[in-house]
Amino acid sequence: MKITSTELTSYKVRRFLAAAILQLILMVYVVIALFPIFMIVMNSFKAKKYIFGSPFALPTPTTFDLIGYETVIERSNFGTFFTNSLIVTLTSLALTLLIGAMAAFALSEYQFKGNTLLALYLSLGIMIPIRLGTVGILKLMVGLNLVNTLTGLILVYIAQSLPMAIFILSSFMRQVPKELKDAARIDGASEYRIFGLVIPLVRPAIGAIGIFTMIPIWNDLWFPLILAPSQKTATVTLGVQQFLGQFVSDWNAVLASLTLAVIPILIIYLIFSKQMIRSITAGALK
Amino acid sequence: MYKRKSFPYYIFVFLAPAVIIYTIFMVYPLLNSLRMSFYTVTDNREVFVGLDNYFKLFTNSNFAPRFFGALKNNFIFFVIHMVVQNSIALVLAALISNESRRGANFYRTIYFMPTVLSVVIIGFIWNLILNPLWGVSKSILEVVNLGFLFKPWLGLPETALPTVALISVWQFIGIPMILFYAALIAIPEELMEAATVDGATAWGVFWRIKFPLIMPTVGIVSILTFVGNFNAFDLIYTIKGANAGPDFSTDIMGTFFYRTFFGQQLQLGDVPMGSTIAAMMFLIILTGVLLYTFVWQRRVQNIEM
Repeated sequence: MKITSTELTSYKVRRFLAAAILQLILMVYVVIALFPIFMIVMNSFKAKKYIFGSPFALPTPTTFDLIGYETVIERSNFGTFFTNSLIVTLTSLALTLLIGAMAAFALSEYQFKGNTLLALYLSLGIMIPIRLGTVGILKLMVGLNLVNTLTGLILVYIAQSLPMAIFILSSFMRQVPKELKDAARIDGASEYRIFGLVIPLVRPAIGAIGIFTMIPIWNDLWFPLILAPSQKTATVTLGVQQFLGQFVSDWNAVLASLTLAVIPILIIYLIFSKQMIRSITAGALK
Repeated sequence: MYKRKSFPYYIFVFLAPAVIIYTIFMVYPLLNSLRMSFYTVTDNREVFVGLDNYFKLFTNSNFAPRFFGALKNNFIFFVIHMVVQNSIALVLAALISNESRRGANFYRTIYFMPTVLSVVIIGFIWNLILNPLWGVSKSILEVVNLGFLFKPWLGLPETALPTVALISVWQFIGIPMILFYAALIAIPEELMEAATVDGATAWGVFWRIKFPLIMPTVGIVSILTFVGNFNAFDLIYTIKGANAGPDFSTDIMGTFFYRTFFGQQLQLGDVPMGSTIAAMMFLIILTGVLLYTFVWQRRVQNIEM
């Protein structure tokens, strides 16, 4: 079969067109994914007149206004909410990683009676949402006097995050070479020391767990609403929800508080995203 | 495995914190909630009533219409996710998997972005974008001469549920997208090369080679969607409140559970009935997980052999 030059050109044109159409589809979805967030952030820096008058225009020196941010900072306890969220999220994450790593180490390192059964028991929580036990959790927290405390939230979030953390960490720990641990044992290291040796080697798992536990905790509305709804213990998510409820008609304040809630999580995401996506694509979750 | 002569106490030390916290704060409350669905509370005393609460849920005129309504809405919510979210996610993943490393990295990072934001924030953002007062979505439709299509979608009983479902799709599409993407790039290059040499088109390669190979991921995505949807609450609570209006048209199991357990306005919270609804959600989710584990996974394994 002979290919003429016109046929070849038309083939090239078709290839080019196909590639262009694919890029177009991908870019259209980029706009769909970013546009709503962009509209909120951009308009939060404008005076009310221009939010409505020209919602699609970027803020200019004439339209620029920080009145929304002033209202939020004056009228809400954004600082408190932010501190609460940080305390709850970081404490839960740190303890989940420590406790989860210990359990994952025991499950992947030692063969003992009931190992498989225990692993199965601990992994039930991956599929069964902890929310279904809310009635029991609230009763328990009332009994323990932990309602409206950050401690109560932290304990629930650790229980919620452990199954996934143990699952991911065990799969990483199984890949740590046996020779390394045995060499340390011959040198007389205790099992606790060996655990300490393994931890730095499973660091890549921390990115995945960081995203999979931190973001749901930071974003959770259910448990703060039920277990710790007081102004003193409200997290950012709950605080913003209540604040927005009161200020529905103050568009400047609404847009500003939404922006304040969006920015920190996007920064955390952009820092962790590569690590997270790499650990998913590396098959850690299969 | 390594063995020592002394009794391995360290195994207990390693396992105890996780097992204790998980049991006390997750398993025990869950079992206690399930138990409560067989009791009623009178004068602060718990009285065993067998399956009475369940009969009440299925037949009482205060509960049955709400329960079956929420169940139906929840199924519609789930179907919209399966059809819209998971098929768009598959298309995007397939397109990204053909990109260069840098391009793929750019797109997947952006597509995943809405997923990391709080549902509360997403709810409010879309509430504003769709708000007729602001008119942003109307102006966009007018650009393409479709302005006449604009309606206050979130406020009308016929359109509120699909609108809320699509907002949720917009937010969570990143998860199926990234899982499909991971599965697609794991397919060995040689398989596709062989097919391309045999003259198969990109379309043919995708459906006849790639899609069957990512069947296990299709299963995982489906069960994650199912569990997530039947446990959903935040978005509807944020956009439509606990009453899931207009006229309960966006009421799903999560909002029904919350309303019943905590009460609303003049109605007091009902702990046993709340537990009964949670138990029904548990049964539904458990059925899904068991079907996935024993029917789907077994079938996929048989095909692979």
